[in-house]
Amino acid sequence: MTDMVGGNMFEMRKEFFRDERDDNLNEVGKPTRRQDIPGHVTGRSPFFDDHLFDGLLHMRCVRSPHHHARLRRIDTAEAEKMPGVVRILQGRDVPRNLNTLLSLLDFGIDDEPLLSDTKVAYKGEPVAAVIAQTEAQARAAVQKVRVEWDPLPHVLDVEEAIKPGAPVVLDIYPNNKFVYHGKYDHQKLRFGDVEAAFRGADHIVEGRYQMSPIEQAPIETCGAIAAPEQNDRYVCYTSTQGLFFSLGTASKVLTMPSSRLHFIGGTVGGGFGGKVDSIHEPLAILGAMLTGRAVKYAWDREEEMQVGAPRGAERWYLKDGVMRDGRIVARKFTGYFDSGAYTRLSSYAIIKGVGHLPGPYTIPNVYADVYCVYTNRTPATAMRGFGITAVDFAIETHMDKVADVVGMNPIDLRILNAYRDGDMKAHRRIAKNCALIECAQVVAQKAGVTLSPALAAAASTRDGGGARAALPAFTATDEGGRVSGFKSTNYAKKGGRQPDMPGVPAYQSPRTAPPTPNPSPQGGGEPTPPPATPVRTGAMRFSSLSGFRRR
Amino acid sequence: MALHTGRGFAAINYPIGMNLGGDPSQALVHANPDGKFTVALSAIDLGQGMKSVTRQIAAETLGVPVEDVYVDTADSDTGPHDMGSFASRGTHRMGNAVIMAAKEARSVMLDAAAEELEVDPADLVTDGRGNIHVKGAPSRSITTMAAAQAAQFKQGRTIAGRGIFLIPLSEVDPDTGEMTPVSTFAHAAMLVTVEVDDETGEVTVTDMQSAYEVGRALNPRLVEQQLRGGAWMGMSHAAWETTEPYYPARDHGPVDFNSYIMPGPGDLAPHHISVLERPAADGPYGGKGPGEMCANPVLPAVVNAVFDAVGVRIDELPVTPEKVLRALQAQGGAKPRRRL
Repeated sequence: MTDMVGGNMFEMRKEFFRDERDDNLNEVGKPTRRQDIPGHVTGRSPFFDDHLFDGLLHMRCVRSPHHHARLRRIDTAEAEKMPGVVRILQGRDVPRNLNTLLSLLDFGIDDEPLLSDTKVAYKGEPVAAVIAQTEAQARAAVQKVRVEWDPLPHVLDVEEAIKPGAPVVLDIYPNNKFVYHGKYDHQKLRFGDVEAAFRGADHIVEGRYQMSPIEQAPIETCGAIAAPEQNDRYVCYTSTQGLFFSLGTASKVLTMPSSRLHFIGGTVGGGFGGKVDSIHEPLAILGAMLTGRAVKYAWDREEEMQVGAPRGAERWYLKDGVMRDGRIVARKFTGYFDSGAYTRLSSYAIIKGVGHLPGPYTIPNVYADVYCVYTNRTPATAMRGFGITAVDFAIETHMDKVADVVGMNPIDLRILNAYRDGDMKAHRRIAKNCALIECAQVVAQKAGVTLSPALAAAASTRDGGGARAALPAFTATDEGGRVSGFKSTNYAKKGGRQPDMPGVPAYQSPRTAPPTPNPSPQGGGEPTPPPATPVRTGAMRFSSLSGFRRR
Repeated sequence: MALHTGRGFAAINYPIGMNLGGDPSQALVHANPDGKFTVALSAIDLGQGMKSVTRQIAAETLGVPVEDVYVDTADSDTGPHDMGSFASRGTHRMGNAVIMAAKEARSVMLDAAAEELEVDPADLVTDGRGNIHVKGAPSRSITTMAAAQAAQFKQGRTIAGRGIFLIPLSEVDPDTGEMTPVSTFAHAAMLVTVEVDDETGEVTVTDMQSAYEVGRALNPRLVEQQLRGGAWMGMSHAAWETTEPYYPARDHGPVDFNSYIMPGPGDLAPHHISVLERPAADGPYGGKGPGEMCANPVLPAVVNAVFDAVGVRIDELPVTPEKVLRALQAQGGAKPRRRL
């Protein structure tokens, strides 16, 4: 298949790896039209925001104007008297007001409130949520919430944040660094002995690379609409990228079994990683619980760009030991992920990134120290290529410098060092299914770049393995960055105290004492009757009986 | 003052189906009595084509035409557990779960057909067009619709299947970083051509030549859409967008698409894409998932092309006119390299 549209060429290069495929399948491999395209192009596909309810209420958050501050007092008296205001939520209204997203994978310590009630650690952090009959009324009332702040010193740069005496962003992690395996303040990669290899190298090439924070920029901003369903359940229409990620998070922070939550999504106007954080669903459901009415919580574009978690900035330092002929014999990384004020997913992306080093090359000595650093910035989260994009930018810009230093064609340099089937990788697994060499050759051919004859004839399936499959005879290890007081059985679980407990008692679990909904000024919502049945726990249920299903 | 042309190259690989959480995906498949199938998932279609690609996978495995399959996602009351569409796990994890569910449903469908045809189900094949027949004897056949009707109304069988795909959690060694982060990698190489204006510092991407290896291209049109859009996003990351132009300072943060600058239609460079397919052993029909990796090679390729054009290295993204001008000033003007 080759075609050309508007100067854009697209071709399938079927001659590569032909003997590894059966190309005679019925449906797979066909350019079948999308199942959902008629709905999309006629504007009829329902997104979360299309599920409008009679008497739908709107939620807007009161946000910190400071990078870092203690909360002395929140005075909502004037705001509550504003037209259309139904209810104002604060941290004490959240049944379990502390969570870390990856607790669903048992990774990390609960660190982030849904609505902060003692301090804020970034500009834009929410401290209260106004629910009103219209969005404009909610916006107006937000302006009337009086908050008394005690501003604190703040830190915005990753390398400033880990210096002794830097402002403490998140006191559960020492020196503003996430703790890995209960043992170190960074993730290590140790393969061979880079320092010895540097001594034997003909050239040393060093570089510093800074990835910028980026907005995921979906056309549809993040949001959710929640409403009381009959039978003491809540329905939640959501733009989430992870249905059970968000359902599980809501279940946890609202202390509500999953069987009382009915999440509907699946058709989303772009995500790119920015719709995993599960902030809207629990807040909208909490609003529905406390008002007895349907509540919408969605970001506007400004919030999406400045309060919504961006792709975090990363800073990478690289040092290569290179021989005159272009072979890279050692590569050392020091990386800093700017996690912002809370962990979200950065801790995890670092492990993914470390497993990716040193890029698609076979290098006999590799070393990395990678830090998840807290700063007084909007928390970072996933974005397309999470954990990889920034370090690939660093690696491939660095490769260009190496090519320049040894005076080699940059494509030749990549093929010379490329990993091949059977090679040992730095994370100590054998490479298979490689195709970097072929991609580089195809591009060189298309762009009219002449490769050296040996490299033009190279293949991922040849000349790998053998001596290249061996683990290093010696690997230099160290105890740098050792921490104490954390359990070592898990990625990051802290021993002893459970910092997520103190937030619970302010509000009784709805299964034992359901909240009394505020009667709305319009008399709109019926209060939800308390559940009479005993609590059941266990697996997710698969019932499809729901009169409230709207699609 | 002049426009300088330069070319830059980058090559990358990308881990597919990150496996540090061990999180599986589930799928359910069932037939109506007329032989039309529903696949129930909780996966999210972000526009990447989740519904479409799982539909093709289900049809292929069931052995029925794609029109006979509808994918229903995501309703937590009906779709079984799935953590979500991220980390290039959707096609890989969910595709495999759908294969497992579809295999089970297919097996019941063939049992029903075998009973009607009075043959051994192991001797039956599907033609992918709605018929089941005896291997080597196409005339001894039954439609999938008739088999489904027989299952429902005569035999009392449920043509249904359950699927899950789990790769158990990988431990990570704290001291060496030893781990099994993923099971397969996708690949890409990219050469971009830029023009750099040494008076304004503006960088224009004028051409992109790429090769992407994506495992099996399950739907080449969806693959093309991902690669084209992803390369555009990479170009935008390289030279246009950021939420904090003077990072780490938080000033001048954009609040809308007037101040958050991205390339428009007039800024798009022609992109010549070649797709290579090296199937992954554990991918659904060998598929890997091109969605995340496609932006990655563009960022360094643009930076390297700027160096090629004027001899300055911009190691802090994005490559704004301000940074280029300051670097040119420090260097004493453009020094073209022309290495590629």
